Amino acid sequence: MRKTLTLARRELMACFVSPIAYIIGAGFLLLSAGWFFVNIRIGGEASLRPLFDGMAVIMVLAIPLLTMGLLSREFDRGTIETLMTSPVTDTQVILGKFAGVMAFYLVLLASTVVFLGLMIAYGRPDPGVALTGYLGMILLGAAYVSVGLFASTLTRHQIVSAIVAIAILASLVILMGFIVRMGLRPWDVLADHLNAMKYFKDFSRGVFDTRGLIYFLSVTALFLFLSVKTLESRRWR
Amino acid sequence: MIDVKHLTKWYGRVLAVDDISFHVDKGMIVGFLGPNGAGKSTTLKILTCYQPATRGKVTIAGHDVLTESLEVRSDIGYMPEAVPLYPEMRVNELLMFRAALRDIPPAQRQTAIDRVAERCWLSKPDNVMRRRVGELSRGYKQRVGLAEAMLHNPPVLVLDEPTIGLDPNQIRAMRELIQELGADHTIILSSHILAEVEQTCGDIIVIAGGRIVAAGTTEALRKKVGTAAQITAELKGAEPPELAKAVAGLEGVQRVDHSPIGGWTRLTLKCDDKADRRAEVYRLVSEKGWQLRELRSTVGTLEDFFVQVTYEQNMQTAQRMAQ
Repeated sequence: MRKTLTLARRELMACFVSPIAYIIGAGFLLLSAGWFFVNIRIGGEASLRPLFDGMAVIMVLAIPLLTMGLLSREFDRGTIETLMTSPVTDTQVILGKFAGVMAFYLVLLASTVVFLGLMIAYGRPDPGVALTGYLGMILLGAAYVSVGLFASTLTRHQIVSAIVAIAILASLVILMGFIVRMGLRPWDVLADHLNAMKYFKDFSRGVFDTRGLIYFLSVTALFLFLSVKTLESRRWR
Repeated sequence: MIDVKHLTKWYGRVLAVDDISFHVDKGMIVGFLGPNGAGKSTTLKILTCYQPATRGKVTIAGHDVLTESLEVRSDIGYMPEAVPLYPEMRVNELLMFRAALRDIPPAQRQTAIDRVAERCWLSKPDNVMRRRVGELSRGYKQRVGLAEAMLHNPPVLVLDEPTIGLDPNQIRAMRELIQELGADHTIILSSHILAEVEQTCGDIIVIAGGRIVAAGTTEALRKKVGTAAQITAELKGAEPPELAKAVAGLEGVQRVDHSPIGGWTRLTLKCDDKADRRAEVYRLVSEKGWQLRELRSTVGTLEDFFVQVTYEQNMQTAQRMAQ
């Protein structure tokens, strides 16, 4: 546990000194602010729902860019060699990296509280929606980060890792919705179960559904497990 | 301390290490010598638990590298070949991070860092502890890498090409440091430069084409190496073939080559053994009344031996892999 925290702290520190993390953070805030403004102007409704739904989609691009370097950069620089010859287990490495990026993600998410503040100043948003919405964003973020982390264990090229992560996330978040709408039997039933947006929309509407909780936690656990396994497998190649 | 038995490593279809066995006792400084691609780094990576072997058994201080990997890793300080470091971290931050990963109790971390910083010249004469690793010169990075490896005062130090990329002064300093460290650490280092291993290490393992081609103390190897002598003579007084033929008639001379050199003839004599035959050559020359301007005898060096054995071994390995 202590080593996991040590690794997480290093990862978080690396985020704060790297320009990429700032650019991604700024890009994310800019996009979500634009989305927020457009929705208020056009919708004329002080609802947090479209904001959360929009952020969930923007994160499909933002998180892979944050996670792409997690292991790819270690492979590329060769620092993986000193890391893996230290007395740390593969699981500690994966969990440490996961926790480090999650911490950065939470900071990013916390900065969107500004939107909530603006909404309170000019309208009366539902506090329940705000609560479940942020809970949903945290669960969704954990799932996204674990997918990104997994993609990063596959290759030494950061760009490849980002593309793989975006592809996996886009298929869970966007493609599954399309398949459901196209009504391709029997695939649409499966797609409906895998559709991340379906579960997330419960949270953004203010509904806490354990199915969503289980879904996001399972995706997180699955990809963390796969990350540990791919990291282990590098030793055998 | 380190025991390697029948170690073999295949990378896909490439045979990197082919059935090598050796033993290193406590307190020894062992040099792994071999040309590039000989299997040195691969062997070191297996010793440090970075990669598993395809076959064979490696134990370090009684722990098996496969089944007791974490114990082995705690006992080893490893500096990989290219000295990979995190460029965005400051030197003291990096060492602090490593100290935490190395199970050094928080209260002792700063003391441990100060100790290695001083030994690796990171705090004196110039203090680079607050500089970012990415901004440091190659020599400083190498020292940071070594400091990292020594941080937890491990009984075994594994250094892959510790002096590559350093300037001559730094090489000398690094060599002295390694010898100092040898007093209380067991050290394995690799190099493709013979002179370096000869000066730093008490024991040498020559590896080529994935196999050990020679091993022993530096002294023993030097003795063993003493190959046949070679005499060079420059003379004048007859046609070159005639000179060569006359000299070839001397006892113990195996082969004579001749080449012209500005009106003189240079003869190169390959002898059967190490004996010095310059006196016989001179006697022959004076009997015939020829002129002589140079006469010198050379015995094969460790360098010649190294070149020869590694060349032969590489040819054999290429053949084995082709089969």
